[in-house]
Amino acid sequence: MSELGNAGEHGTEIDGDINRYLVDGYLPTIGIECHVQLNTSTKLFSSVDNDAREAEPNSKVSTIDYALPGMLPYLNHEAIVKAVRAGKALGSQIAHVSHFDRKHYFYPDLPKGYQISQMYQPLILGGRVDLPTGEHVRIHHAHVEEDAGKLTHMSDHSLVDLNRAGTPLIEIVAEPDIHSAAMARAYTEELHLLMTYADVTIGDLYHGNMRFDVNISVAKPDEPLGVRTEIKNLNSFRAVERAVDYEIKRQITILKQGGAVEQQTRGWSDAEGKTTVQRSKENAQDYRYMPDADIPPIVLTDADIATMQADFPVMPAEYRRKFSSIGVDEGVVRVLLNNQQVAILINEVLDGSNQTIAKRIANLFASCLPVDNDENSGNQQTELNLPSATNLVKLAQMLDDKKVSSTAGKEIFAELLKHDTDPMQIAEDKKLLQVSDEGAIEKIVDGVIDDPACAKAVADFKAGQEKVIGFLVGQVMKKSKGQANPSLAQQILRQKLQ
Amino acid sequence: MTSLINEIVNNIKSGQTTARAEVEKALRAAQDNDELHALLETFDDEALHRADEIDAKIRRGEQVGRLAGVPYVAKDNFLTTIGHTTAAAKILENFESPIDATAIERLDNEDAILIGKANLDAFAHGGSTENSAFGPTHNAVDFERVAGGSSGGSAVAVAAGIVPFALGSDTGGSIRQPGSFNGVVGYKPTYGMISRYGVVAMASSTDVVGPLTRTVEDAELVSDILAGQDGHDSTVHDNYFQPITDNSQRSYTIGVIKDFMGEGVDADVVNQTQAVINRLEQAGHTVRQVSLPMAKYALAIYYIVVPAELSSNLARYDGVRYGVRSDKAKSLDDVYGLSRSAGFMPENKRRIMIGSYVLSSGYFDAYYLKAQKARTLLINEFNKLFDECDFLICPTAPTPAFKLGENTSDPLKMYLADAMTVPASLAGLPAISVPCGESDSGLPIGVQLIGRQKDDAKLLAFAKEVERL
Repeated sequence: MSELGNAGEHGTEIDGDINRYLVDGYLPTIGIECHVQLNTSTKLFSSVDNDAREAEPNSKVSTIDYALPGMLPYLNHEAIVKAVRAGKALGSQIAHVSHFDRKHYFYPDLPKGYQISQMYQPLILGGRVDLPTGEHVRIHHAHVEEDAGKLTHMSDHSLVDLNRAGTPLIEIVAEPDIHSAAMARAYTEELHLLMTYADVTIGDLYHGNMRFDVNISVAKPDEPLGVRTEIKNLNSFRAVERAVDYEIKRQITILKQGGAVEQQTRGWSDAEGKTTVQRSKENAQDYRYMPDADIPPIVLTDADIATMQADFPVMPAEYRRKFSSIGVDEGVVRVLLNNQQVAILINEVLDGSNQTIAKRIANLFASCLPVDNDENSGNQQTELNLPSATNLVKLAQMLDDKKVSSTAGKEIFAELLKHDTDPMQIAEDKKLLQVSDEGAIEKIVDGVIDDPACAKAVADFKAGQEKVIGFLVGQVMKKSKGQANPSLAQQILRQKLQ
Repeated sequence: MTSLINEIVNNIKSGQTTARAEVEKALRAAQDNDELHALLETFDDEALHRADEIDAKIRRGEQVGRLAGVPYVAKDNFLTTIGHTTAAAKILENFESPIDATAIERLDNEDAILIGKANLDAFAHGGSTENSAFGPTHNAVDFERVAGGSSGGSAVAVAAGIVPFALGSDTGGSIRQPGSFNGVVGYKPTYGMISRYGVVAMASSTDVVGPLTRTVEDAELVSDILAGQDGHDSTVHDNYFQPITDNSQRSYTIGVIKDFMGEGVDADVVNQTQAVINRLEQAGHTVRQVSLPMAKYALAIYYIVVPAELSSNLARYDGVRYGVRSDKAKSLDDVYGLSRSAGFMPENKRRIMIGSYVLSSGYFDAYYLKAQKARTLLINEFNKLFDECDFLICPTAPTPAFKLGENTSDPLKMYLADAMTVPASLAGLPAISVPCGESDSGLPIGVQLIGRQKDDAKLLAFAKEVERL
């Protein structure tokens, strides 16, 4: 690990060989701020329903969210609990004293004319996110704040929807430890896993539950950090990756042509696949931050923090370690972790039975879960009707004992996802059990050998054409309606024809 | 002096009078004193209807509230579902609130009857009620003079006998100073004793709700009803306010803030205050001369911290969701600029500009933060004084009521009228102005008593003694 750069008080950290990050000799340095909407039942400072995903515009708005005169914020304790738990997922310290501040600007989506945020004393301090790639990103801090409303711009006017105004957010501010587009994506994906596993957000990217602001600069490795641009409000992992990739190339092209990168806020167009200027530094706003006297400081003792963080769920890294240790393929692990319930279930199986069984179940799940979590994030976790561990273990055992074929196993698994019943019953009902009764198979084998349609094949095999055995086994399977144990069928065929 | 409110309630309950008769009397008095412009609006029909309801309850022998049938007015920065809530500002001229302030709700629960809304300096910015967008209120004693402010309308409504009590708000003296100017009791409780919910915010760290009354006992009664948490204002303490009924004479140590008894203070004011001090000494209390050196910075601190906070609290009046929106606006910036320009009074704009300036990047540390540090030093000085004194005493205002228009061209001179009330506000201390005499020309003068934080009940018990002296 090496410390590089000159990012003011915070340098950047790099795992391993720096050269693997260089693009045309330039080292990209990326910092990401992530807004996470907390899945509390009510808003941060009002008692209105916090989940407005399919609600009519302005139907989840209280007099507080609407900023009527004389209204005061009243802190939702649940939001603090969620934030403190998010802090644990990030490996952060929780401040014993934190405080809310006001950030001022005029915009129709901000009813009070200020956003309540934490500028001077944030709740969550430090932390670190380890990526599956072996890289890491340090967290500088995360603060609690309220979301703004949503504007829809029409041709000659704009519509304001305040349903989202006042939703609790945490803004997770990472150190600039990211050095490639792929790493940026990996970080945002891991953050998504951490936050959803900790159950502090619904994590629905399509509905803006997590949004990313990305800062990008490039510089020669031995030079100070370059001028950065910021791309705001990215709401998919793919957009993060593509925007960072685009911006790295854009900046390097400018520098190679002898130009200078301007400090700007840029917007990302997914359709066009490029960034465009939104605001330059000269137009930077003065937010006139000040402490919010309406809200007393949040004072937490170690005991308070411990209580808030009790019964903490297993985090993805732990599952990753366990599943990999039993030989589950890396790609499969990745797919499994996208669904926390599946990860919990497999872990339960692993703790209760043997590794082979667990691995078998892991692979069964991998075949039915979406591979790309960007697609998955539209409705976050695919709703699965998860079978019980008992029935899954039973099914794995049946496969292990060759009571059913692997094809039949998949069919039974699919059935289990619909109805969690005894897999043996499913196999029987669907006639999927392999016949391993030698007498029964022998009868079928005799039938095949005597079948005139098979006479030529029988003759060929006897004449030494070894590969014809496959055809004959196939005939046995056909006559048994797929229930014969194929290896047993082959064994008996060979005996009879020798 | 005993309670005027209790007398009314008892007379109503015993059938000597009715709530309707009391409300009619109040409405008539409001009409007779129309030229004082204490009230912006009266609710004749609603108030009489409410009175009839209460009278009916009494006739049926049902339990009624502690303020049954007592008419009152609220400063027009309290949200009320009846009528308008304008804060005496153009930008809220037509605003009708969907909710009642906690204070209004609690008084309603005790069967008090809101008969109207009282004038104030727009958004409570001012000390004379001359900054009202709807015209000034006149002093109850001398028509040529100011009512004081910003709760000028409330003070005059009580002083003119329209109602036995009125709700006010005090950020830097806005209850105490008009109380003093009109010869009524003006009580500013400890910061956080009464919920601010539903009161148009001025400065979040010093705003308090309080009553203007004829007697200290009435202030005590109303405060007892208002005190305590409501689940809306997280700065409110658990209810600690417990009126002291034990009348036995106690001997206190009283600190005279000598910084406020010398230069720049009207001779009549000094004399009347000194007379109170002398009487206290004769009554067996120990009187000490004390100094509050930070007091000379109090106005400077106040006029940094308070504009900073109010510039923030006034940001919501943007013409987008409610209130006045300029019909000349052609762009979003126009909506903000033109609406705010038309909707705010010059004093509002002056304070918003000061506040925005002291919060802006590069000036925050030099002004806002420094002022907050100085505020801490002031609080420390108060704490030290309270190590040796039970109460502090000083005039409420450096002069009796000044003439209308006398200070309007000089904001700094106007701000000086707050010099003696601002320190207790910055420190969150309970303070009360009790009438203590008149100037040679017959203008009322009030004496200010300041107590320790949360010593409200004790302060009021002491104020009753001062009132009796």
